[in-house]
This record gives sequence, structure tokens and C-alpha cells, in this order.
Amino acid sequence: MSQQWEMVIGLEIHVRLDTDSKLFSGMKASYGASPNSQVSFLDAGLPGTLPVINQKALDYAIRFGLSVDADIPPFTVFARKNYFYPDLPKGYQISQMDDPIVGPGQVVIETEAGAKTIEITRAHLEEDAGKSIHDKYDQYSAIDLNRAGTPLIEVVSEPQMSNAKEAVAYMREIYTRVTHLGICDGNLQEGSFRCDANVSVRPVGQQTLGTRTEIKNLNSFRFIEKAINHEAKRQIKILEAGGQITQETRLYDAEQDQTRSMRSKENANDYRYFPDPDQLPIQITPEMIAAQRALLPEFPAAKIERYVGELGLKPDDAAIIAHDLRMAEFFEQSNQHSQAAADLNAKFLLGEFSALLNAQGVALAASQIDATAYAGLLDQMANGSVSRKVAKGVLDDMWDTGQAAADIIKEQGLGQISDASALTELVQQVIADNPDQVSSYRGGNDKMFNYFVGQIMKQTKGQANPVQTKQLLEEYLK
Amino acid sequence: MIGLSIRQMAGMLAAKECSIQELCGVYWDRCQAFNETTGALITTLTEFNPKELLQAQALLDQGQQPLAGIPLVHKDLFCTHGIKTTCASNMLADFVPPYDATVVSRLQQAGMVTLGKANMDEFAMGSSNEHSAFGPVANPWDEQRVPGGSSGGSAAAVAARMVPVATGTDTGGSIRQPAALCGITGIKPSYGRVSRHGMIAFASSLDQAGVMAASADDCGLVLSAMSGHDALDSTSAQQPPWQWQKPDSPDMRGLKVGVVRDWIDGLADDGIKQLTWAAIEQCQAQGAELLDVSLPHADLAVSAYYILAPAECSSNLSRFDGVRFGHQTAQASNLQELYCRSRSEGFGEEVQKRIMVGAWALSSGYYDAYYLKAQKVRRLISDDFKAAFEQVDLIAGPVSPEVAFKHGEKSTGVSMYQADQFTIPASLAGLPCLSMPIGHTQGLPVGLQLIGRYFDEQTILAVADQYQQQTNHHQQTPEAFA
Repeated sequence: MSQQWEMVIGLEIHVRLDTDSKLFSGMKASYGASPNSQVSFLDAGLPGTLPVINQKALDYAIRFGLSVDADIPPFTVFARKNYFYPDLPKGYQISQMDDPIVGPGQVVIETEAGAKTIEITRAHLEEDAGKSIHDKYDQYSAIDLNRAGTPLIEVVSEPQMSNAKEAVAYMREIYTRVTHLGICDGNLQEGSFRCDANVSVRPVGQQTLGTRTEIKNLNSFRFIEKAINHEAKRQIKILEAGGQITQETRLYDAEQDQTRSMRSKENANDYRYFPDPDQLPIQITPEMIAAQRALLPEFPAAKIERYVGELGLKPDDAAIIAHDLRMAEFFEQSNQHSQAAADLNAKFLLGEFSALLNAQGVALAASQIDATAYAGLLDQMANGSVSRKVAKGVLDDMWDTGQAAADIIKEQGLGQISDASALTELVQQVIADNPDQVSSYRGGNDKMFNYFVGQIMKQTKGQANPVQTKQLLEEYLK
Repeated sequence: MIGLSIRQMAGMLAAKECSIQELCGVYWDRCQAFNETTGALITTLTEFNPKELLQAQALLDQGQQPLAGIPLVHKDLFCTHGIKTTCASNMLADFVPPYDATVVSRLQQAGMVTLGKANMDEFAMGSSNEHSAFGPVANPWDEQRVPGGSSGGSAAAVAARMVPVATGTDTGGSIRQPAALCGITGIKPSYGRVSRHGMIAFASSLDQAGVMAASADDCGLVLSAMSGHDALDSTSAQQPPWQWQKPDSPDMRGLKVGVVRDWIDGLADDGIKQLTWAAIEQCQAQGAELLDVSLPHADLAVSAYYILAPAECSSNLSRFDGVRFGHQTAQASNLQELYCRSRSEGFGEEVQKRIMVGAWALSSGYYDAYYLKAQKVRRLISDDFKAAFEQVDLIAGPVSPEVAFKHGEKSTGVSMYQADQFTIPASLAGLPCLSMPIGHTQGLPVGLQLIGRYFDEQTILAVADQYQQQTNHHQQTPEAFA
């Protein structure tokens, strides 16, 4: 290769807001209802109907804006994006143009080269279109308007990502925010979170941007990485052969792992944006903003810092827990209800408990063992009643029977022998019974220490508190 | 019973001198008898809506309900549940709405009884009511002449006393101009006073529903019942409810009437000029003080309006695509053809022209030069009015530069558009304004326009009522329909 190329990537992420009703019609907005069963007169575009803004969607958009340190302008304006398509009943989409609800903001992503700030240009509210179904009937296309009018925010980034991994990291960061904020259900399959990627390449060192293409409708983190890499390769190949990139919209075909042209700029619609005359500019008051600020949750970065700094977790463990909203909730709840060290909690949660959930094929949210019951088991480990090994068996029984950890341990006699005088007696007995081994050990054979531990465990069927046992052995074998 | 005011009819009903059915029956008969000559109505109901009669009777039995049992027609762009609503277009020739416009349901709640749906210019675009898919409307004063538009059917129906009241809509003069040309009173309230929900849109930022009737008092009574915030229309204003108060005396002392001298002196028609001055002097005689005001940017209003209104209409009318409702072409082999043919067949020429002008004005590269500039002009005109209203309580002037013209006399759009030059400024500023009859020239009625402060319908209606207390122009009816 004669030349070094770099990618320039910007993303437009569409986040479906998890509101009960649509953006302007008050109609229910739940996913998966039977076709055309959630369509109001407005959603069907009947003449004379008028849009009335869903306050909750405004609140959610503001909350998102605050979460990315964005400016929230004092008023916002809806605009019409005009084009004809059968799944767009009014012949225009109500979106935003000049005065979006969320102004410039930013997020920090982790890259191979360290932390990197990605600037967010804007985020605006808009209604989704309906769905066209072209492959169900031979002679006809079908239209389902259930989705028409459901609320989205479109989050537009600056073209500041330099490779596909950064794009994925940015997309994940936004995903984490909207799911932690409780404004998006995060369901990728159902299209609740999808993105368009603007991709261009340029020789390393060149300042001006190359001609870009837009890859539409990517709804998985894996596909976006593959699609961007594929598209960049395609562009480089063309440029190295002396060709030019056509500014166009392309679709990624996951099965073929290739992008293909949808429409070029010459054929692009002129959307004839103008302010929606059916709605007045909407005032965003300091009170509205303050109310949303009060609802901002703690984000993973802050959580990790707290888990490591205050609770003493290992950074890796802290990161895994902090990025999983449910797990973080479960962890913090169980931590509150238990005397056990947070570090033990984290290890057991990520180890034994996660393994059990995996084996059962159940998500943490649907766990049969709640955080309080789990905390009970942690306490039994912390007070030395059971070892971590025994605790794993108790956990299984808790899952099967729904009983409390303490009850299972008591019923099955699983409690560890932690009674100092009982253990001392045992230790003294074992030393007395094995004079040869004792002299061998005292003669410098350190390995012999484990022999004594084994003898005690054998006699107690593994219930002797291992830590105490070791301490006592060390003491009496001196 | 013909020619009685709403208060007089309400009095007869209350005194049981006649029943609701009798009163509505008299007007129903007149609708049947005169519709062929006037073409004022697109739909005449074959029977009264029993629910409306029951509501009217129930209100009447409770006493003190000025509108209970009073018949009316609605302009055919107000959605009426179960009754065809055509917008005078082939596009909606068979459209039966599944819901009522807020204006319709509020007047039903007030006990009014619907007799039919009034003809209009297609989608409210026109000033002559010649652009209707269901045929032109005749001016009851001279059947060879137009009634004005776009609420020409409503105006003709009231002028011929086929009904005492009709609803209308006004985007750039569509209530005031036909009211003037047909010799009746018509008010366009402030933008936001009346809900637009269920009113099929032409230009959303300008459209307002209003009332057409013989007198200002009748208009005030009906407008009060229509007004008020509606949660279904985000542009309807959160204003306290307004109730029309009829003035006790014709005394206008203390009232400051603004006059745009250029508007009147510039009139080419001497007859209209004389009647306009005479009406203003009548107000002076009743105690009003006259003051000159100027609206320096008003001469830009027509140009700005014919950018803004078509721009909005080009978008508002996109929903008529032949896919879900309305006219669908019989000949389409693909989606593009379905759109093009359905719309070409469904829309009339004037509507198509405005859609194209509007789409062009919004297109990229032209938006700043046309749409944005027109919005700036609109703001300047609003500011002109604000300045004027620091000196005066209302502004009086002409409605139309001419009397009703003959059918087919004006073929080109631009000369037709100039007919709106005195009505458009108040529309752009969203101000309440009315037209009231002030006499005849060449045997044809002339109107005077009164423009009020934002949300001050009371003042202009009160002045019109005081004028009508001392004059009888509003009581004149064309001989053929006596």
C-alpha cells in the first residue's frame, strides 16, 4: 500500500423513547401490537387533526441532553420534513430543524489510545414513520401504522471517530446513557436503538474531509463495526484505483457483509423543511430542566470510581457491574442488606451467582433469588458459617426451594466449625496422633502443613473454618 | 320568522310561540327552495339530526339559552361526524369524517341545529367561489355575480336568508370579503380564539373559524359559544372564556377610530369610497373620535401572504395522496403514478397552482429568499398594527376594492389576489376583524372592515352593533329572496 488512510466517522443515533403514548396523538405506543391496532385519526393523517405534544417526550429529551452535558435552549421548535411515502400518512414527518431541544454536548469514550471526547452536535425530537411490508403479499405492499408517530430522539455526533471501534464505543456510551436514564428500553431487535453512520476516508495528514457515504439503519454493535470497516475498505479501493466516491446513501447487508447503494445525492429528496405551523414554539423553563436534572442517575464512570474508591472493588469487577444497570442495582441493594465485604459480594455475584443464572438461562431481572435473600447468604459467608465453596451449594438450594440461606445451612448442618475451643481441641488431637509428621514438619518439611489441614477437614467433613484452622495449626506446630 | 335576529327567535322559542322543529323547518324549506338558484350548499340534510334537536329542546327547557334551536350551516371544511365533508373538492367528494370539528361540537352543545354544508372555493383557496368542484355560487343580490370567497356559500346562504347563521373560515379574507360582497356581517376572530381542530387546513398559521350572520349581535352570540381553549389544538390560546356583551346604547363617545386614509382615498370605485367615508362619519356622529394611522408595510402584505399561505398549503395538502382516503386514481401501475394521477385528478387548477408555488418557495435554495423574507414582512406588519393600536381602539377601512364582479370576469390569479389587499394585513397579524354592510352602490352591497386589538373581539363587535342600532343596512335582503 502506497498510502496511509484514516477514517472519519460521524453517527446519527435514533433512540426510541419509552413513553406510554405517541409523540403527538396520545395513542398507545407499545411495540408488537397487531397491525394498525394503535392508530389514531391523527396517526392516519385524517384531515383536520392536529398534533399535541407529549410532555413526557419533552422531559425525556431534556433528561438525555443533561446527561451529555448539553445546552438546553430556552425554547424549541418543531419543523416539517416533507416527502411522500405510503407509510408517512401526513406526507410530512414532524421533526426539528433550526431549534432542536438539545444543543451541543459531549461524551467521553475509552479508546485504545486512551480517553477521547466525542462532541454531540445536537439531539432533536421527531416522530417515527409507519412500517412498509413488501414481502408479505405478492401483488401488494402492506402498511402498518402502529409505529407512525412514536417518539424518537436523533442524536447527531460530530465526525470525530477515527475507526470502527471508536464508533462502537461511542454508540455503546450513548446506549448506556439512554438505558440508565430510563428513557429507552434498549431493545435492539425491535429497533429501539439504531443508527446511521456517515463514513469517509482521507489520506493521513489531510485536513479536508473526503466525500462521505451514509450507511442506514444499523441496529447492532457488531454490524456497525463490520459495516463501517467494509465501507471504508470499499472507498479506499475506489480511491486507490483513481476513482471518486459518490455521495450517497447505502444499506448494509449483514448476510453478504457488504453495503449497496440506496440512492445518490442527485436523487435525494428536497425535504422542504419549515417550522410546523400547527405548533407554537415550546418554552423550556428552568423548572422543567431542574426537574429532569433531579432525575439523573449515576452513570457507570462515576459508579466505577465509587465502587473502587469507597467499596474496595477491583476495577475490572467494578466496571462489569457498573455497566449493567440491573446488576449494579442488585449489587448495591445486596450490599446494603449485608455485612459482608463488598469485594466478596462482587466476586460471588460475578462468579457463582452469574454462573447459576447462566445455567438456568434466566436474566438477573427475573432471578428467583432477590437481593435481600442473596445478602443473607453473603452474611453466612462473612460470619464464617459457611465457606465460599459450601455457599455455592446453598445458593443452588435457595434457587430450588426458595428457603433462606440460614435455614438451609441449619437444616443440613452445613455450618462451619468456627468455635475456637472446639477447633483447638481438634488441632491438639491431630498433633498428638501424628508425631512422625510433626517432627518432619518441624524439621523443615513445609509441605507437611497441608497434611494436618487435610486431617482436620477429613474429621470435620470439611466444616472446619479454614482460616481459623490454619492459624491454630501454625500456632501449635511452632 | 325570516329576518328576525337570534335574540328574537330565541324569545319566540322561549315563549313557545313556535317550536324548534317549526323554526328549523321554515329555514330548511328555504334551503331546499333556494339552493338550486344560489348553489350555496353542497349538502342539504334530508332530516334533522335527532340528537341536535334533543339537545336544543333540553337547553330550551332549562331556559336562557340564546342559541338553542337556532339553525345553521357549516362551511364544508368543518368535519361533521357521519356527514360528507368535501372541501368543495373532487379529492374529498365522498369523504365522511369519523369525528366532529370542535366548532361543530361546541355549537351542537349550545343547541344549534345543522341544516347542511356550505359551498366554498376548493380547500378555501379563492376569492370568488368559482373554484368549487360542485359548481359556483351565485350572489343573491345578482345571480350573474360572484358572492366572493372562499366562504361564498356561507355568505350567500345568510344573504338569501336560507339560514340565520353560517360558520366560515378566513385565511386571508375568506369571511370578510364574501360578507361584504353579499351584504352581511362576518367576523374573523383573533388567531387562537377558536379551535382549528377538525377544520381542514389550508394555511395553519392563518386559518381561523368565524361567524357569518345578518348582524354583529348575532355574530357575537355564536362566536362566544365557539370560542375558548381546546386541548386538541396547540395553537388555540389559553385565554379566559369570552362572552359577548351587547352595548346598551349607540353612544361611541370615548372611542378612538383609526383610519388609514390612503386605503380609502386610493379606492378606484367612487361608490365604495363614498360609502366608506359615510360609514366612518356615522361613527363620528355617534361620538367616536377619528384619528389617522399608518401601516407602512401593509402594501407588502399580499406578496408575503402569497408565499406563506401556499407554502403551508403545499405541506398541509400532502396527506391527500390517494392511499388511505379521498380520491384514488383508477389508473396507476406504480406508486409514483398513484400519487401523480390521484392528485392531478382530485385537485382543481387553483389548488394545484398554489401547491406548486408553495413547494417551490420552500425548496432548498429559495427558502431564505421567499419563505423567510415573507415571515419578516409578517413581523413588520404586526409591528405596524401594534404601533397603531397605541393610538386607537380599532381601525376602520374598506374590505374589498370592488363590489361583486361577474362570474368569469377575472381569469388571472394575480388580479384576483389583489382583491385581498385590505383583508390580508390583519390576517398576517392574527388580529380580530369583521365586515359589516354599509349600503349599496350600483345595486350591490359594500362592507366596512373593523380591525381590533389582539383578542379584543368585543370592541369591534360592539362598534358594529352600535352602528347597526342606528342604521338598517344589515337588515336589507335581496328582493328575489324576500
